Amino acid sequence: MTTPRALRRRAARGQRWAGWLFVLPALVAYSVFVIVPLAMTVHYSTLRWNGIGESTFVGIDNYVRTLTDPTLLGIIANAFKLIVFFCGVPVILGLLVASLIRRIATGMLGTAARTILFLPQVIPLVAAGIMWTWLLSKNGFVNQVLSAIGLGGLTRTWLADFGLALPAVGVIGAWVLLGLCTILLLTGMSKIDQALYESARIDGASPWQEFRSITVPALRYEIGVCITVTVVASLAAFDIVYISTLGGPGTTTTVPGLEIFRLAFLGRQVGLASALAVVLVLLVLVTVLPIQRLTREDTAR
Amino acid sequence: MIVGRTEAWTGRLLLILLMAVTIVPFVSLFTTALHPSRSVPLGITWPDDPQWGNFLEAFDQAHMGELLVSSVLIVLGVVPVAVVLATMAGFGIGHLRVPGSRPLFLLFLLGLTLPLAGIIIPLYYLARELGIYDTKLAIILPLIGLYMPFGVFWMRAHFANMPQEISEAARVDGATTWQLFWRIHVPLALPAVSSLGILFAVWTWNQFLLALVLVEDPTERTMAGALGAFQGQYATDIPLLAAGSLVILTPTLIVFLLFQRQFVSALLQGSLKG
Repeated sequence: MTTPRALRRRAARGQRWAGWLFVLPALVAYSVFVIVPLAMTVHYSTLRWNGIGESTFVGIDNYVRTLTDPTLLGIIANAFKLIVFFCGVPVILGLLVASLIRRIATGMLGTAARTILFLPQVIPLVAAGIMWTWLLSKNGFVNQVLSAIGLGGLTRTWLADFGLALPAVGVIGAWVLLGLCTILLLTGMSKIDQALYESARIDGASPWQEFRSITVPALRYEIGVCITVTVVASLAAFDIVYISTLGGPGTTTTVPGLEIFRLAFLGRQVGLASALAVVLVLLVLVTVLPIQRLTREDTAR
Repeated sequence: MIVGRTEAWTGRLLLILLMAVTIVPFVSLFTTALHPSRSVPLGITWPDDPQWGNFLEAFDQAHMGELLVSSVLIVLGVVPVAVVLATMAGFGIGHLRVPGSRPLFLLFLLGLTLPLAGIIIPLYYLARELGIYDTKLAIILPLIGLYMPFGVFWMRAHFANMPQEISEAARVDGATTWQLFWRIHVPLALPAVSSLGILFAVWTWNQFLLALVLVEDPTERTMAGALGAFQGQYATDIPLLAAGSLVILTPTLIVFLLFQRQFVSALLQGSLKG
């Protein structure tokens, strides 16, 4: 005898398989435009190929070159140097600004700060690049200010300076990402129990101690998110660099994303470009996974 | 909260300073745009004779009319399809718990941190082969695929929190899975769905690399792609470049100021979940 309950369960099992029909369209789109291309990148990375004619299989030659060529290694290192600006500055400054807004700017000033600091996050990175290229140029605002305060000796074409172009690109990234980090951290701060601060104050804790032993631990998860997002933005940077420096002067500001583009579409070295692409994908993964681990483990949200 | 007077004032000063730093690039772009075409103005200076006509000229030169149509078409091509596919998959994985949903979900997660540069080379050859190179479809189709990891992740989180009882009650009333999805779960998921739509729309509007590689004709590109082309073309005419950039930026800024709350909350939830 089949009870209605068992019938329903059998029907439910059928429906679970029918559920695949819901997943299938997304899976097809994802496979065709992401998974298959990723596999093809790996395949190309084993070839010597100019993109048009015949290709030859060269095994791991392209990887050996990627990981030994000083120029290419320097380019990979540039991406990591950018982390200081794209991640370090927005996260640290963001923590400071968010606690400032919480403490002293609850009214109009706070609202204005939130709106304005978030603006760079909604405009295309290309636009940010164009604005800052002009700002940092010979006749730009930065030099105008330096001259006005008597530091005319420091003026230069910032994005063409071998030593300072990369930090200058970093500043653009920091400008874009500060607002996102600030607002993310603010959201986290609004969830902290105020009683914690009151009892700390009764115990005579200084603002710095409060910050270190209450705010930062409570924001572990949000800080983790900020670090993840900004680290990915540094390692995978393309738009800002393409617009502001095209990787120059020399290769001082070239990042992997730009070099992949240049090698594949301008230099016709599809195999080498693909090897660099695979290395980039792996670098992002091995950098981001530990951060996720550290900040998510026992928060389990 | 008790805050010392000096601390309050230094704090306020710092905030105002940072706000100024955020605004300055926009201001500089604006005053530069008003200088005579082909001149090289100094930093932020108000011109003697503001050339408001620069905006009109840039509007013309940048083919703003066509560009707006093209960008809107690309957004309309990507967002509804991507949202529907992601919602259905999120429902299948998060609520129906299809057999194998765990590895399936991990497969999608794998794509979350994938840099676009990692697959741009094959995407180029794929677009050539499919005959969509240099058309809007070359941007639309890959973006739909690229948005799946985040979209599925996002919608799965929503559906995993929906109580199974809702579905059981509907099934007792004889609803098929299809009806259950469209009549019961989609209406309940609307807030999550609309945030996802906003995110996809912004990301599409601002997409640069795909447009640069897959579409040569700037008037078939996204706003960001067109802006890149405009920069290449007018690199020597700074006031006109500034005017054009502002003209191209204006729609985004207007939409942001109108929908600020939804925008910020979508972007925030987006990065918090991601």
